[in-house]
This record gives sequence, structure tokens and C-alpha cells, in this order.
Amino acid sequence: MIVHFTVNGSRAEADAPPETPLLWVLREHLKLPGTRFGCGAGLCGACMVHIDGDRAFSCQTQLSGIEGRAVTTIEGLSKDSTHPVQKAWLKEQVPQCGYCQSGQIMSAAALLKHSPHPTRDEIVDYMSAHICRCGTYPRILRAIERASREG
Amino acid sequence: MLRRSIPETGVTRRALMIGAAGLSFAFVERGFGLADAISPASAASPTTFNPWVAIAPDGLISIMSPAAEMGQGSKTSLPLILAEELDADWKDVRIVAAPPNEEIYGNPGFLGMMYTAGSATVAGYYTPMRQFGAQVRRVILDNAARKWGVAVSELRTEPSVVVHDKTGRRLSYGEIASFAVLPPTAPQINPDELKRPGQFRLIGNDVTRFELPTKVDGSARYAIDIQVPGMLYGALLTPVFPDSRAKTIDDAAARAVHGVVGIYNLPNGVGVGVVAETPWAAFTAKDALRVSWTPSPKAGAFDSEASMDRYAAISRGEISQQATLWDKAGDGTDGLETATETLTGEYRCDYAYHAQMEPLNAVASVSEDGNSVEIWCGTQSQAMAVRVAASTLGIDRSKVKFNEVLLGGGFGRRGPQDQDFLVGALLLSREVKRPIKVLWTREDDIRNGRFRPMSAHRIEAGFGKGGELTTWHHRVTTDNVSIFQDPGRYYGPFKQRDMLSLLGTELPTYSIPNRLSEHFAVDSGVRLASLRGIGFTANKFATESFVDESARKRGIDPLEFRLSLTRNAPRARAVLEAVAEMSNWRQRRPGSGYGLAYIDYSGTQIAGVAEIVMDRTSGEIRLKNFWVAIDPGVAVQPDNIVAQTEGSVVYGMGMALSEQITIKDGEIQQSNFYDYTVMRMRDLPNIEVRIVRSDGRPTGVGQMATPLVAPAIGNAVAELAGVRLRHTPMLPSRVLAALNGGARQ
Repeated sequence: MIVHFTVNGSRAEADAPPETPLLWVLREHLKLPGTRFGCGAGLCGACMVHIDGDRAFSCQTQLSGIEGRAVTTIEGLSKDSTHPVQKAWLKEQVPQCGYCQSGQIMSAAALLKHSPHPTRDEIVDYMSAHICRCGTYPRILRAIERASREG
Repeated sequence: MLRRSIPETGVTRRALMIGAAGLSFAFVERGFGLADAISPASAASPTTFNPWVAIAPDGLISIMSPAAEMGQGSKTSLPLILAEELDADWKDVRIVAAPPNEEIYGNPGFLGMMYTAGSATVAGYYTPMRQFGAQVRRVILDNAARKWGVAVSELRTEPSVVVHDKTGRRLSYGEIASFAVLPPTAPQINPDELKRPGQFRLIGNDVTRFELPTKVDGSARYAIDIQVPGMLYGALLTPVFPDSRAKTIDDAAARAVHGVVGIYNLPNGVGVGVVAETPWAAFTAKDALRVSWTPSPKAGAFDSEASMDRYAAISRGEISQQATLWDKAGDGTDGLETATETLTGEYRCDYAYHAQMEPLNAVASVSEDGNSVEIWCGTQSQAMAVRVAASTLGIDRSKVKFNEVLLGGGFGRRGPQDQDFLVGALLLSREVKRPIKVLWTREDDIRNGRFRPMSAHRIEAGFGKGGELTTWHHRVTTDNVSIFQDPGRYYGPFKQRDMLSLLGTELPTYSIPNRLSEHFAVDSGVRLASLRGIGFTANKFATESFVDESARKRGIDPLEFRLSLTRNAPRARAVLEAVAEMSNWRQRRPGSGYGLAYIDYSGTQIAGVAEIVMDRTSGEIRLKNFWVAIDPGVAVQPDNIVAQTEGSVVYGMGMALSEQITIKDGEIQQSNFYDYTVMRMRDLPNIEVRIVRSDGRPTGVGQMATPLVAPAIGNAVAELAGVRLRHTPMLPSRVLAALNGGARQ
């Protein structure tokens, strides 16, 4: 089926079976590979994007469900890594292998949009949807607190 | 001589290239990245030409880095070490991926292999990189001296600039490169001509890793991100055991999936391959395959739980088996007969899975005639990938074009000699004569997992009249990892001893006069690999738990006991004292359990203290704090050492508390992150890392804290609850069994 939606503010269309996960549409059809495949089951968060401003596991979002909706990926979070979360990520030198970080950053940005000054427990609860196998959690936590503080 | 044009300007640059054994001119260009390394191929042969550095007239300094980058940072650290002795301004440096040529770029500290593993990269390349940098600096100084007609001794360097103080003249490295004449042989640099640590400008000062910004804006490129024109997608259904084969294949439903191009039964247990127009079609078709497998001759209906009992019986000596000697000191076990007192302890560790976040994958593009190939894969050994591509396709290595990419985690999974994750793409691309990206799902990644092996340990210790530890006998029953992962090294330099399983049973810094550690090798038929911390993760759970057990049984504080054991190892004592201070060990809080562990890991000294609380109803252990003191020799990138150690602790927590692969009736029981549970942010304790300074050569960082965690937690449980946990992971069910009297101290 052909589905029309927007990605990072631009109009996009994809022709694929309706059950195709948005993840693969973004990565392979639209050539936006910053959104990563980690588990395909909504368990690791590497595929996290924003749909109409809320975070969503793109591996659990079918193409048929995004007609007319607005998708934001890591490539569209800011033009030049100037989103407060990205700035904080650089300052805290968060990434190691980096593979999960697009998803972590998209979640952190969604969290701060809805809750600009989250408590530590709120951060931990929200970000526990993600897995970072390199174990960068201490720095992710610090970066989110920094982004919340510095805006 | 290499000549390449710069696409943007059409201009080539003259540059200076220099190496250890010889010097030459070459032309370099701006803007090369990981996937576009300059080739060192030139008129000179590799034996006489050893290029690491190129300096362009505009000042751009290109430095080769032979490390794979999987988040550990050594792809940045190696050029930084060279730049230190070159006295380059880091702003001028561009890092270039060294091509897969082990004769030039192999790690002298890792059997000359181009192999990023074992926390051995900075350790192995440290001294040669400094020498290469110093050689280039010497040639630059000689050229400046000649130009100005002054003595070299009157010159000094500032970052990327030669200065003549008497006349105030200055020449940048780029200016010098534009007229430099190179000596016929590389200058000799004596060790005392290298900088002293107090003179370092770069080493010891944190820089941002070269690729880090790309990991914040999504532009980082891993193999899974590669797209090439005309590319198709592949998926593989593989047997659980490597010696199973497809017996019957019913692919009717799979072929009916829209977008499927073909289905191929690949040889040698590689599996049944699906080729499709899209990843989703490939996965859908793979799931629709109905394949029956011949039983594994070796593994059969392997059952890990039953096998563990057998392994324990072997370690106990109840089942007789020939041992392979691993390590011996003094009189070995002779002292046990004359000991005043002996103690024994038994420990078990389950299979563990790497769970690197990027499921394994590779892109291969075999030429139409089958005589050459271009590959993209995240490998810990670029040279191994080239060898495997060549041998799989029956072509010469020179016909393999390797493209380096970032690795979405490695942890040992991307270093097997057979580079299994690459083979399917090679074979399928040859079949369909198109470029192919073969993707493993997470389920495939576990089914194809190569695990840290299951092991059973028995340690017997003998004590003398004064209570001193005189004898130590460690018997390990486990698979032979080395023979599976790397038969080349196993039958070669390892001398048929399984380093990957047994390392960590030696106790070089503990003053125990008589020691013996032995391997009782089993052959389960299960796929195996080194995994972050290799044998240390299991062996240190056994040895550091047992040291603790020995101390507690004798009424000695575990810290004081270890300080006594390390009386002849001042660096070991320093990290023990540091972590004791960090954790306030000598005034520990009541209500929590504190556990200590210490490791000499390839010379890196590391000690950790876990503070835990327990839920005695659920059996859940929670970490509140984990303190680490580490002395890895010269701290090349201190913040990266802290980051690696934090991550290493988190990884160790998973292996200690929750990560478990079990095999029943010949099937792996786990398939994704819902039943292979790794640590998340909610599990995170406060982690504090202190680098204990020393000026010795770097000895490695990346995995050293991982094996600390399980024994530190087990020892904390012993202190808090008076029970000894003897089996990792320390699952709530196992904790409850221990609390209910299963394993009293």
C-alpha cells in the first residue's frame, strides 16, 4: 500500500506491505539509517522516533498506521546537533559504540518536552525502556539532567 | 606512488609519508573517512615501507589507526599517542583507517595481528606509535635545521611548529613538508629520547573521540546502514549447533512471500538463505521456512543443566578425566598434604551471550565473474575479514576490497577466525550476482550466539601453621573456547592450551607459594566465543569468592586478607587501599552488605567494592554503590578510562545477576531481550571510578572491571546474609535457595 506522511518536516511516501514496520521504511526506503534496529520487539529502544511529538518504537509501528502523521527521526531532531539533549550528550561524552544512542536521544528529547524538569526517578523510569549494552547509563542520566538544567 | 584527485577541487597534494622502516613520498587528499582510507600501496614494498603519517603542505596531518572502533576509543587513542611524540597539534590531525595489512599494521602486542580485542590495543601499540611519531618529528627537525643552516640541537617544537629561539624563526610542519627531503632509512629513536610523562601535551588530556559527534546526530555508519546500488537483502535460518545440516526444506510458503528473489541451502551449516527485495520480505520469508535439521553429532539433545552437574563432578574428581596443565607455581598441589588445614569451594557459571546492540550483519558485493568482492562488515579484525572473504570465494586476498565501518558493539563476538557473520553475505551475493546485505534478527543473533561457556570450578586451598595460605589448586571444567574461536592461534602460539577459558586462574600478585590450575576440557558442541573479560569472568568469580570465603572462615577481614596476600605487590595494594577509602570499607554502614574483589588483569590492577541490599522475600539483589579503583599504567585518555570502567561494571552486573543462556533438548531457551535480561537504567547503582596513577606502560582498560562484579556481589551477600552464592547469574531463585539453607557458609 502507498502511505503518505511527513518525515522531519518533509513529505514522504512509501509503498510497502501495510504491516511493514516504520523502522525498515525509514532505514531502507527513505535512507534514514540513524534510527536503528536492535530487537524488533519493542524491548531495546534503539528504533525510537517521535510520531506527532510522542515517542514511539518504530519497530512496533506499522506503515499502515502512519498515514498523515508526522515522524521525526534523529536526523531531524536538529539541523546541527544543537538540540539541548544533543549538546548535553556531547558535553557528557555519552556514546561508546553509539548504536543505541539515536533512540536514547529521541526518548530523552520526548521526556524533556513533556516534563522539562523531571526527577531522577522519572528519568530512570522513562529511560528504562532502552538498553545500552556498553553501559553508558551513568552518562545518559547526567546528560539528561544537564539538558534539563541548561535547556 | 599513489596519486588520487580530490573530487571537490581536482587538486592533488604533495605530502610526506614516513614509517618505521622506510620513508617515501605519497599524495594524500582531504576528507577521507573510515570508509575511504588512503591506501598505503606505493612503489615500495611493505617490508621497506611502513607508513603511518602523512603531512600535507597545508598542515593536515594524517595518521593511520589500525584499531576497530566499537566504542572503546582506541581508534582515537592510537593516533593520539603518535601525535604526542610527533608533537602535532591535535586540531591538525585526521585519523585514517589503516587498511587490512597485518605486515604493516598488526599489533606487536597481539601476535602481530590486526585484531582489536583483549583490551590489548593501546597496550600493544603504545611503544611503536610513540617511536613512529618521534621518527617523523626527527625528520622534520632535520629538514628545518638544513633549511635555516642551524644545528638541530638549537631547535624545539611547539604543536605542529618548529621553533628556532635564537632568531625567532618558525616553520609549520606543513611548510616543512612542502620542501622536506627524506633520509634513505628511518632515524633511530632511543627510548630515552621519547618524552617523559611530565612533557606530555596530549596523553593524559581528554579529547573527543573522532567519531563521537556522528553518534549524536545519527550520521554514524555501521555495516547495517550501508546501502549500495542494486542491493538485495538476505536472511538466514541456521541450525542451533554448527554441525547440524538442513535435512528437509519446505520453502513453498517462503517463496510465496512478495519480494522474495530466491532461497538457497548454503553449505557447511551456514544455513538456509533467503534473498529478497526488502528486509521485511526477507524476514517474513525466513519465518515461513519449514526446515528440519539433522541432529548434531556432537551436541545431540544437549541439556545445559544436566551437563553442569557432570562438569561439577569432573571438577570434583568424581568423574575421572585427563587435565591440561594451565599454570603452576612452586610445588603445585604438593603442599595440600602437609597443610595444617584445607578448605574447598565450588562455583558454577552459566552460558552468557554478548548482546551487542547491532545484530550481526554484513554487506558483500561479489563481482559478476566471481573473481573479486567488496565487503562492509563490523569486525574486530579487518585482516580476518579479508582472509575469510578470500577463502570463502576462492579468490586472492588482493581481490577483496574491505570497507571499514563502526561496530555497534563487539565484546568479542566480532572476532572469530571464521568471521561467521560475513559468510552468508558472500555466498548469497555470489549466488544472485548482486550486492547483498544479510541481516540477522535479534532472535538469529541469539540462535547463532557464540557464548561465554558454562563452567564448573573447584578450588582447594591449604593453610600453614600460622594460618598463611600456602597452596592453591583450581580445577576448571569447561569447553575449549580457543579451539572453536580461533584454531589458528590455538594450534599455533597458544600451544594447544585454552587461554580464552583459563586466563584468570593464575594469581600472580598473591603471595601463595604453591599453585596449580588445570583445565578439564569438555566438548559440548555448542558455539563459543571470547566475551568481554574472557575466562576472567568465570575464573574470578571462583577465585575472588573463594579468597573471601577463606578469609571469612578464618575470621579475617577480606580486605586485610588481600592486603596480606599482596604484600609483595605494591600496585595491587594501592588499588585495594584506594577502593577501601572510596567505599569507607573500614567503617561500613550496617544494613547493607559490602563485598570486595581484586584482579590483576594482564598487569592492570583493579579492585572493586559492591554495596548491596537484598529483598529476602523475592531473593532480589540490588546494588546501591559500586566503587572501582584502577591502575592501568599511563592513563592515555582518563575520561575514557572512567567511561569504559563504568560500562564494564554494568556489563559485569548483567552477567552476575541476570544474564543466562540455557539449552534444553538441543534448543537454546532464550530468544530476545524479554528472556535474556540485560541491565537497564533502573538497575544502575551509583558507580564511582578512581584512576590510581602510575607511569608504567598502559596495560588495558576495556574489560577489566567486568569480572570484578560477580565476586564483589557474592561477597557482599555473604557479609549481609551469611550465605555463599556459588552460581552465576545470582538469580532471585538461587538467592532464595541459598537463604533457605541450600548453601550455608
